[in-house]
Amino acid sequence: MEYEPVIGLEVHVQLKTKTKAFCGCANEFGSKENSNICPVCLGLPGSLPVLNSQVLVSAAKVALALNGTIRNFIKFDRKNYFYPDLPKNFQISQFDMPLSEHGYMDIKVDGQAKRIAIKRVHLEEDAGKLIHPEGTACSLVDFNRAGTPLLEIVSEPDLHSPEDAYVYLSDLKLALQYIGVSDCDMEKGSLRCDANISVRPVGQIKLGTKAELKNMNSFKAVRTALEFEFKRQVKSLEAGERIVQETRLWDEKKEATFSMRSKEEAHDYRYFPEPDLPPFTFTDADIKGIRKSLPELPKERLGRFVASFGFGEKDAAVLISDKELADFFEACLKIYNEPKKIANWLIGPVLSHLKSNLSFEALHLSPENLTKIISLVEDGTVSNLAGKSILAEVVETGKPPDTIVREKNLGQVSDVDELKKIIEEVAAVNMRSVDDYAAGKENALMFLVGQVMRKSGGKANPKIARDLLAERLKKT
Amino acid sequence: MAISKEEVKYIANLARLGLAEAEVEHFREQLGSILGYIDKLKKVDVSKIIPMAHVLDIKNVYRQDTVLPSIDPQKVLQNAPSREGQFFKVPKVIE
Repeated sequence: MEYEPVIGLEVHVQLKTKTKAFCGCANEFGSKENSNICPVCLGLPGSLPVLNSQVLVSAAKVALALNGTIRNFIKFDRKNYFYPDLPKNFQISQFDMPLSEHGYMDIKVDGQAKRIAIKRVHLEEDAGKLIHPEGTACSLVDFNRAGTPLLEIVSEPDLHSPEDAYVYLSDLKLALQYIGVSDCDMEKGSLRCDANISVRPVGQIKLGTKAELKNMNSFKAVRTALEFEFKRQVKSLEAGERIVQETRLWDEKKEATFSMRSKEEAHDYRYFPEPDLPPFTFTDADIKGIRKSLPELPKERLGRFVASFGFGEKDAAVLISDKELADFFEACLKIYNEPKKIANWLIGPVLSHLKSNLSFEALHLSPENLTKIISLVEDGTVSNLAGKSILAEVVETGKPPDTIVREKNLGQVSDVDELKKIIEEVAAVNMRSVDDYAAGKENALMFLVGQVMRKSGGKANPKIARDLLAERLKKT
Repeated sequence: MAISKEEVKYIANLARLGLAEAEVEHFREQLGSILGYIDKLKKVDVSKIIPMAHVLDIKNVYRQDTVLPSIDPQKVLQNAPSREGQFFKVPKVIE
């Protein structure tokens, strides 16, 4: 029997505000433990939370970018449970009146368009961070993260392959980065993803029993974990076993999921309205204003790049796949209006330098530098090859391209007399090739051009050298 | 509405309260009478009433996104039963 996976994703994104959701403590990653804490985020008696206005605006931006409807009236609720990283013994969250519902995101997987429904987007606060030192009987608690604004984005079970999930996550992250509300850095935990997956025979409508997967530290890990879990569930069913509804942890090293095997007491969070926070309202004018403040989103930018610059969808997709890269491209364009040439340089040599996840700043690369290199190549001052080595030198030292050309003497030799001299020398030691050409062997010319390039140390202008050679060989 | 001993114990566990057997019976009676009163309230027709989200008639109370000083970690940690460096120390919890 053929089976298909049914996948839904729950994504948590930390909002990049200056302060926490309900108090004035700095919302900062990497501070010394327990230095950004106060009576509110510690839940000390008598303290009262007050909502950060920026949190609501950022959250609404995301909801609108995901095509969701924003509720005109929202409230917060308490989700009650005990855990050492939760100082108040409840999390301020949203239960029955979430910020937004009925959103969707359009994705393209292997050329096929799919619409993934987004069930809800709601606001809550993050918990503190637990560290478990090895070989000790204790855990250490850092409350700096407690109270950080968190957005939960829940998809419907509309994803039907691990690849669907990977593309959805990548597109979601890109949209969030374009909106500028989150770093979306999985390593720092500013974006986290849990996955629900069940399997069913192809054609069956009823959903199978799902497992919840946790502990994936990258989008690739989400994809691999889903691939593993799909195979595991199918194998189980084929062996006549039943799937157990449970939480399973992804083990990156063993490349497998393992049941948490905790007593799994049925969660009973006893949600009730948060009495310390008043409700919040959005007027239609508020929503209109927030919608207007949305920047150009990745899909729109892709469309514009294809339409305005005549790029293929593949090239355009590479350029927009990183906001910084797309911004850099547009900055170059303002200096040097050659979209295709700039795109080729960015997608080719520049991107290979950027591979190790460095920023343009770390590469010493400015739009001025790059366009200068391109124009040096285009006006024939340096060869294409020399252009690439100049780029490498800029990345290495941060020196201006002009200086590098002068210091390394990379200027192309276009001077006819100088080239003629080299050609005579080459012809003198390659008599056979000269004869071959005379006998009609066209290939011999390219060989001789190559020899001229070599003799000139790669600096001969290849086009002029070729013309001069052809002329010289006619004489023999 | 009557409530069972098991339910009382379950609720006590959710609230991390340890109850002696006699207390379980004591709270079973008390909770039962509270629930009995709720049963009475349930008979009121509320079909045309919007559920109340907050007891006070206020809404949209915000704070600007401006950093305010946090409190001195030493002051907070002096109340902690156990600490290590500037961390709170708790018995090992691992999922």
